[in-house]
Amino acid sequence: METLYAITVGTLTACSVFLILRGRSFPIVIGLTMLSYAVNLFLFSTGRLIVNELPIVGASDNTTDPLPQALVLTAIVIGFAMTAYSIILAVRVRGEIGSDEVNDYNYAEQDGQR
Amino acid sequence: MNLAAIVFLPFIGAILPLLLGGRSRLYSTLAAAGVTSFSLALLIYAAPLALNGAVPHYLLEWLPDLGLHIAFRLDGLSLLFAGLILGIGLLVIIYAHYYLSAKDSAPRFFACLLLFMGSMLGIVTADNLILMWFFWELTSISSFLLIGYWFHQSTARRGARMALAITGAGGLALLAGLLLIGNIAGSYQVDAVLNAAEAIKNHDLYLTALILVLIGAFTKSAQFPFQFWLPHAMAAPTPVSAYLHSATMVKAGIFLMARLTPALGGTPEWTTIVTLTGLATLLFGAYFALLKTDLKGLLAFSTISHLGLITMLLGLGSAGAIAAALFHILNHATFKAGLFMIAGIIDHETGSRDMRKLSGLRKAMPFTMILAVITSAAMAGIPLFNGFLSKEMFFAEAYNQHLFGGLSWFVPVLATLGAMLSVAYSVRFVHDVFFQEPATDLPKKPHEPPLMMRMPVIFFAILCIAVGIAPMLLTANIVESAVLAVNGTVPTLDIAIWHGFNMPLLMSALALAGGIAIYVGRAELLTFSRQFDPHDAKDVFAKIVSNTTRFCDELMQQVENGSLQRYVAFLLVFTLVVVIPELADILQLTGSRPQLPIDAVSLVGAVLLMLAAISTAMLHRQRLTSLMMLSVVGLIVSLSFIHFSAPDLAMTQLVVEVVSIILMILALFFMPQRIPRASSGRRVARDVLLAGSIGGIVGTLNYALMTRPFNSISDFFLANSVPGGGGTNVVNVILVDFRGFDTLGEITVLAIAAAGIHKLLNNLRPFMPSSDVDGRPWHRVKHPLLVQTVSQALLPLALMVSVYIFLRGHNLPGGGFIAGLVTAAAMILQYIANGVDWVKSRFDYNYQTLTAVGVMIALFTGIGSWLFDHNFLTSSFTHVHWPFIGEFELATAILFDLGVYLTVIGATLMILANFGQMTTRHRPRQEGY
Repeated sequence: METLYAITVGTLTACSVFLILRGRSFPIVIGLTMLSYAVNLFLFSTGRLIVNELPIVGASDNTTDPLPQALVLTAIVIGFAMTAYSIILAVRVRGEIGSDEVNDYNYAEQDGQR
Repeated sequence: MNLAAIVFLPFIGAILPLLLGGRSRLYSTLAAAGVTSFSLALLIYAAPLALNGAVPHYLLEWLPDLGLHIAFRLDGLSLLFAGLILGIGLLVIIYAHYYLSAKDSAPRFFACLLLFMGSMLGIVTADNLILMWFFWELTSISSFLLIGYWFHQSTARRGARMALAITGAGGLALLAGLLLIGNIAGSYQVDAVLNAAEAIKNHDLYLTALILVLIGAFTKSAQFPFQFWLPHAMAAPTPVSAYLHSATMVKAGIFLMARLTPALGGTPEWTTIVTLTGLATLLFGAYFALLKTDLKGLLAFSTISHLGLITMLLGLGSAGAIAAALFHILNHATFKAGLFMIAGIIDHETGSRDMRKLSGLRKAMPFTMILAVITSAAMAGIPLFNGFLSKEMFFAEAYNQHLFGGLSWFVPVLATLGAMLSVAYSVRFVHDVFFQEPATDLPKKPHEPPLMMRMPVIFFAILCIAVGIAPMLLTANIVESAVLAVNGTVPTLDIAIWHGFNMPLLMSALALAGGIAIYVGRAELLTFSRQFDPHDAKDVFAKIVSNTTRFCDELMQQVENGSLQRYVAFLLVFTLVVVIPELADILQLTGSRPQLPIDAVSLVGAVLLMLAAISTAMLHRQRLTSLMMLSVVGLIVSLSFIHFSAPDLAMTQLVVEVVSIILMILALFFMPQRIPRASSGRRVARDVLLAGSIGGIVGTLNYALMTRPFNSISDFFLANSVPGGGGTNVVNVILVDFRGFDTLGEITVLAIAAAGIHKLLNNLRPFMPSSDVDGRPWHRVKHPLLVQTVSQALLPLALMVSVYIFLRGHNLPGGGFIAGLVTAAAMILQYIANGVDWVKSRFDYNYQTLTAVGVMIALFTGIGSWLFDHNFLTSSFTHVHWPFIGEFELATAILFDLGVYLTVIGATLMILANFGQMTTRHRPRQEGY
């Protein structure tokens, strides 16, 4: 299971990095969102994988590690704030300069650079 | 305290001329002169101590861990230099009052001059090497301002830049050298460094430190091969040249060498480098002084030559040589400052400094001529003038040294040659300007300057003669105490005009005769030198600077070409470079922790997740599809949280997922509809490679981490959750209690992000397409009836669920975050299904206020603990029995959670509702609300 989990996290990371390397703002925001999923999964797994238990005292014999869960819970909410901020920033830039290019305005427009 | 006041008075006083700038120039001058006099009076008050060999100290600890103190000392050496700086400074201020024209800004001039004066005083009195270096750099900066005083002239700007570049670079070398010395000595305090002389000289890095320090000294004191900046600094106003380039700044390098002589001097390396550099500079400066046609140019090269002489004496390093060097510093400062002022007077009264034009001024300016003859005689080293005495001492030292074995004879021979040249240019200065036929084509009709402008020169001329006749009476005290500071031994100084017929006297006689002969035959010399291509240092320097700038520009163009993609790629490659070697060091990837078996559901989920992720990446140009794929990823992530025993996370992730996807669909509306061109194959290959490597690294790390056993601090939370926090849901107790402070930070960040978004949306004029990319208009029914009905029915249910989740959060999965998100999602559904107008007419609540109230509730819950003498955010709880519901636990943490709840609702709706309103008449237009 650990192998599968790690492969999944790796794949998510790879896909999100690929998206972040694009030259337009929208794929980058999608990439950032997906990267935050990957990071959350990674952080979550520092409590190790435990199936069919609860982080609740008295609910089961073998409680899970609640600390990574608490950290990841806030991380999800903050991640949402970050996604929202970046997407609105992208909309604002699009409104101001009429383009969703992330590269510098003066960057030579070469074919296939984005 | 007194010592610190001497140094800091000019710094504080530099404001005075600026404050009084609006009045007449006299006020500025008086302020500057007053500050200088005051500082000088303090110095004279402290002087007897230093003269008696006691060294007053002042110490204020600044950064003791770094060995950096505000520490001053006043030994003989400091006193000699400080006296020169303040005394000549005072005379220069008086002179400048008459020299500056009505157009020049006197307040600015005097302010810069005082800044410089304070910096110089700091160098010579600093008792800490780093502090000394600090003042050293300040002199570079303030001299830059002074040289560039006439910043409308390009020569002034270029001269100032060159001086700053050379002395600034030297300053950096000096810093490196001083750090090395301080490191070896274990302290930067001057006494400690001087006491550690043996350790420093025997250290492996001695030569490195020596060379670095000498580069600093040589650049500052214009020693060969760094001499070229000084002639170009002559673009400064003449008072500046008289002050900086004769008496003070260029002597800073000399001072440094004298100060560090006990620590660094006396070794073969020191003697060879310093003596030969001094000798080369002496000859170089004297030769070029003879060729210059500009009065100040002549004086500049003459200064270089005399600095070389002093450097050479310091290199020789015997007690007599040190005494001669210090005595010559004093003499050179007096006659050279006087000569610069005479050059300034001539320039001022005739409008020219060109010796080819100037001639026969003796009739028009007889008084000035007398002063020029006296000071030039001192410069040439003619008996009865002070220059003669120190030059005799110099000859004696040059003759008596045996540093270079069988070749030692060349030192006195070259020294005599240098002296001949010195005589020749001194004669030239007087003869070319004041004798021969009177010039007829001068810009102004020459006449004598005002008496007060001559006054400082008269003072210098009197000093030249007085010291020349009665050296022991006037200077023995101060030179002796300065030698004591450098050598550590009380010298027996015997300066006299007549030592009998001896070798130095013969050398002096030779120098005089030879110098006159060279002057008479100067036509030959000029013809000879004309064969050489004149190499203007300024052009060479400018070329070097422009080449360096161009090179850096091109490099920056290469690296920073405006492509953010490229920067991110660089960052990622760098990450790989750092992480890969570390991972390669791990001996075994799989740890000892037993692994879980793979079940079918997990396998299917994982495969779906990966497929969705890959599709998101591959279909990124079809944005809506890509977004749908992303939502699949998010859903499966929340399912996996359920699977791996994290119900709170699953709920949070689920609702956040819904909200984010809605937000991004909204954003998609404002994004360009035209699908961008595909990246080039090379770019895609590069990115896939990079992304794959990063993904591989992260996956490997994750695997290695998960398969290893671990110790967690979570046992504490599990054990104390119920007794300490009063809740069985440990995740929630951690959030609102154990780590409540973190959560307070988190909701604050959330509120700030929402406020930032609110601002970003203000006055935004978004692109609003009226049709889709294929030209089809949007559907005319904006709010389908079915969705409207269902959503309205759903609202109370959703609210009830959220309240339930909120209340049970402390014991069962739930809590403020999740409940808030559920409420927000329900509200957003209303906006979507019924439109902004519909919601506004029923629920016109200000979400900014809601967010702020939420953060405040959380904050005040925390502060409330103080009322009960508990730490911030300590929670207390009790059990109450609620009718119908049963045993219920009431904790103050629930109040905190309420704050979280309200903040999350407020912030989420602030983001989404505001954004959704962009297409309606409610869109935010004004700043503020």
